[in-house]
Amino acid sequence: MTTQTKPRLKPKHQRLVLALIAIVAIIGAGLLAASALRDEAAYFVTPSDIAAKPPEPGVAIRLGGMVEKGSIVRSPDGLGLAFVVTDGKATTRVAFRGIVPDLFREESGMVADGSLNAEGTFVATRILAKHDERYMPPQLGTMPIDRDNMVGTTVEPKR
Amino acid sequence: MIAETGLLLLWLAAALAVLQALAGFAGLSRRGEYVAISPAARPLAVLQGLLCLAAFGCLIALFLRTDLSVLLVADNSHSAKPWLFKFAGAWGNHEGSMLLWLTILGLGSIGVALFERQLAPRIVSATLGAQAVLALGFYAFLLFASNPFARLSPAPPEGAGLNPLLQDPGLAFHPPTLYLGYVGLSVAFSFAVGAMLAGDANRAFARAMRPSVLIAWVFLTLGITAGSYWAYYELGWGGWWFWDPVENASLMPWLAATALLHSVSVTANRDGLRAWTIMLALVAFSMSMIGTFIVRSGLLTSVHSFAVDPTRGVFILVLLALYIGGALALFGARIGKVASGATFAPVSREGALVMNNLLLSVILAIVLIGTFYPIAAEALGYRLSVGPPYFNRAAGPIALGLVALLFVGPLLRWRRDRLARLPVIAWMMLAIAGVGAIALVVLVPRSAILPALGLALGGGLAIASLLPLTRRSLRRTPATTWAMVIAHFGVAVALIGMASNAAFTEERLIALRAGETTTVGPWQVELTAIDPVVGPNWTAIEGGLVARYDGGAPTTLHPQLRAFTTPPTETSEAALLTRWKGQLYAVLGQPTSEGRWQLRLWWKPFVTLIWLGGILIALGGALSLVARIGLLRRARHYVRQVMP
Repeated sequence: MTTQTKPRLKPKHQRLVLALIAIVAIIGAGLLAASALRDEAAYFVTPSDIAAKPPEPGVAIRLGGMVEKGSIVRSPDGLGLAFVVTDGKATTRVAFRGIVPDLFREESGMVADGSLNAEGTFVATRILAKHDERYMPPQLGTMPIDRDNMVGTTVEPKR
Repeated sequence: MIAETGLLLLWLAAALAVLQALAGFAGLSRRGEYVAISPAARPLAVLQGLLCLAAFGCLIALFLRTDLSVLLVADNSHSAKPWLFKFAGAWGNHEGSMLLWLTILGLGSIGVALFERQLAPRIVSATLGAQAVLALGFYAFLLFASNPFARLSPAPPEGAGLNPLLQDPGLAFHPPTLYLGYVGLSVAFSFAVGAMLAGDANRAFARAMRPSVLIAWVFLTLGITAGSYWAYYELGWGGWWFWDPVENASLMPWLAATALLHSVSVTANRDGLRAWTIMLALVAFSMSMIGTFIVRSGLLTSVHSFAVDPTRGVFILVLLALYIGGALALFGARIGKVASGATFAPVSREGALVMNNLLLSVILAIVLIGTFYPIAAEALGYRLSVGPPYFNRAAGPIALGLVALLFVGPLLRWRRDRLARLPVIAWMMLAIAGVGAIALVVLVPRSAILPALGLALGGGLAIASLLPLTRRSLRRTPATTWAMVIAHFGVAVALIGMASNAAFTEERLIALRAGETTTVGPWQVELTAIDPVVGPNWTAIEGGLVARYDGGAPTTLHPQLRAFTTPPTETSEAALLTRWKGQLYAVLGQPTSEGRWQLRLWWKPFVTLIWLGGILIALGGALSLVARIGLLRRARHYVRQVMP
C-alpha cells in the first residue's frame, strides 16, 4: 500500500460524503414512494361514499359493506356472481367472476377490491369476507378494513 | 402449580436482568471497583436466559396438558387437538409468542456471554448490559400487560380451540424461525450500543457482531421463504407474496439485515464504514421490533382495533419509542467519539457495497412508507389500502437495479479498482440481459415489463454470479467466497422463479360436473368425483382430480373444502402437483346449480425456483457462518500457541 493506492479523501470527509449520499437516497425514496402512493393507493369507500361522490371509473378502490339479503345472483356458467352491497343508507351493485371466500354469504360483511365501470357497477377483482362467522359489524360506518380478520389477506397476525 | 412456577421464574429472570444491566454498565466506569464487578454480567446473562427458557418450558407443559384453568390455554387450545398443534399452540397467540421472543433474546445473551472472547471486556459487558435493558422492557410488558400464566376461575369444560388456518405443521417451525431472526438482530443492536458506549468500533467489534448478524439473517431468510410457501399453499390464491403488513413486517428487518450483513463485512475486512455499520445494526433491530410489536399490537391493521386494548398498545409504543429513540440519540451523541475508519475510492468493493446498502435502504424506506401510510391516513380521517401495485411499481425497479449491481460488484477489488479491469464476460452478461429484456418485452406481449426484466436479469445473474470462482483454483477458493457465490446464485434462481411465475402462469376458472375435463397450460384435468372425508377435528368435501401432462400418465389431486368444528370455521385446502417444470395448483370452489363444482386451476412454470432460491440464499449464509466460526477457532488456537 503505497501513496499510489491512497484515496484522496480524509476519513472524516468521506464519512460526511457518505452521510449526505444516504440522506439524498432516503429523500429520493420518500419522493418515489409519495408519487407511487398518489397513483396506487386504493381508497376505502362505502356505498354511501359512492352515492355522494362517485369515484372515476377504472380507479382502484376498496369497497366495504354488507351483502344485501336475497341479492346474490349467479350466472349460468356457475362462475359469475352479481350482488348488492349496502351500508344501510345506500347500495352499490357488484359484479365478480371467480371463487368467493367460504364465509361470503348474504347479510354478512365483505370487502372487495376493484373499480367502478362506466355503468356504475363495481367490478371486483378480489373479495374478502369476514373471517369469523360470528362477526357482525357493530356499526357499518367503521366496518371491516381490519385486514386481520379477513380471510385471505393474512395467515392471521400470529406468525 | 406449573403456572405459578412459570410466573415465579419470569420474575426471577427479570430480577437477574436488572443485575445484569447494572454489572454490564459498571464496566464502563472509570472506577476500578465498579469495573471489577462487570465480569459478573456473563454468568448473570446465562442464568437469566436459562430461567426464561424454563418459564417457556412451563408454558409448553401447560399447553401439552391442556390445563384449562389457565386463561391462555382455555382461550387458544382444545383437548381434541393433535399434540403437535398443542405444542405449537403455545406460541400461536399473543402472550406465548412474547414469551418465545424473550426466550430467544435470553438465548442471544447466553451466546454472547459464553462465546465472545475476542472483544475488549468493556465492550462485551456493555453489550450484555444493553441486552439486559432490552429484555427488561419486555419482561415488564409480559408481567404487567400480558401475563401468559394468568389463571381462569372456574376452569371451562373445554378450550376455545386454535384458528384452523394455524393448524398446520408450518406453525411449529415458522414463528420460531422468524423470531430467531428478529431477536438475533438484537445481539447486533446490543453490540452497536456497547461499542458506542465504549467509544470504540474497530474490526474486532465487527467480527464479534458478524456471527449474530449471519445467524439472524439465515433464519430470517428461511422464515420468510417458509412463510411465503405456507401462504402460497394455505391461502389458496395461487400467490406467493401479498405485500400484506404481516409479510412486510418480516421483510423490513430482512432488508436492513441484508444491508448490515454487507456493511459489517466492510468493517470486519477493511475497517471502513464503522458509523454506517453501527447505524444499520440499530435500524435492523428497530425494524424487528416495529415488525413484531406493531403487528401484534393491532395498530397496523387499524387504529380502531389498536384501541381495543389500549394498555398493551401504549405500553408497546412507549417501549419502542424508548429503545429506538434512545439508540438513535446515543448514535447522535456518541458517533463523533468513534474514530472514522479506513477510506476507499468510489470504484471499489466498498463502493459497490455502499451502493448495495443505499439501494436496500431505499427499498426498505418504500416498504416502510407503504406499510404505515394507511395508518397515517386513517389518523387523518380517511381510509385507504396500499397493495401490490404500489410496492411493485416503487420497489420493483430498485430491486432490479440491485440485481444489476450484483453482476459486477462482487468482482471489484477492495479499496480501489478500475471498471476496465473487470472481465468482459460480466459486461457481456449485463448487455445480454439488457437486450434479452427488450426482446422479451417485444416477443412476449402478455407479460409486463417487470417480469421480462426479471427473467433477463435473473438469467444473466445466474452466470455472472459464478464469475468470482473463475481465474482461480476452485479447491483453494475460500469457503466464504463459495458462500457469497451460492447466495448470489440463489438470488438469480429466486428471481427467475418470480419472473417466470409472473410472466407464464396459466389460469383456468371453470365449473365442472364429475366426469368432465378441462385444460390448463399443458395439462388435461378431469374432475372424477366429489366425496366427503373426515379428519381428526374437521370434515371436508374433497374433489378428486386426475391430471395428465400433455396426455401422459395420470396423477391424482385432492383439493378440499374443510369445515373445522372448534372453532367453527371453513378453509380451502389447495392441492399441488409438483414437477420440475413447475406446479399445478388446484382449488375447489363452491357447488353451483346443476351439480357442477367451481374449480380454479393454475399452471405455474418454475414457480418452485422462488423457494429453492430462498433456500440457496440461506445456505450461502449458513456456509459463511460456519467458515467464519471455523476461522475464529483457528485464529484462537494460533494465538494460544504463540502466546502461552
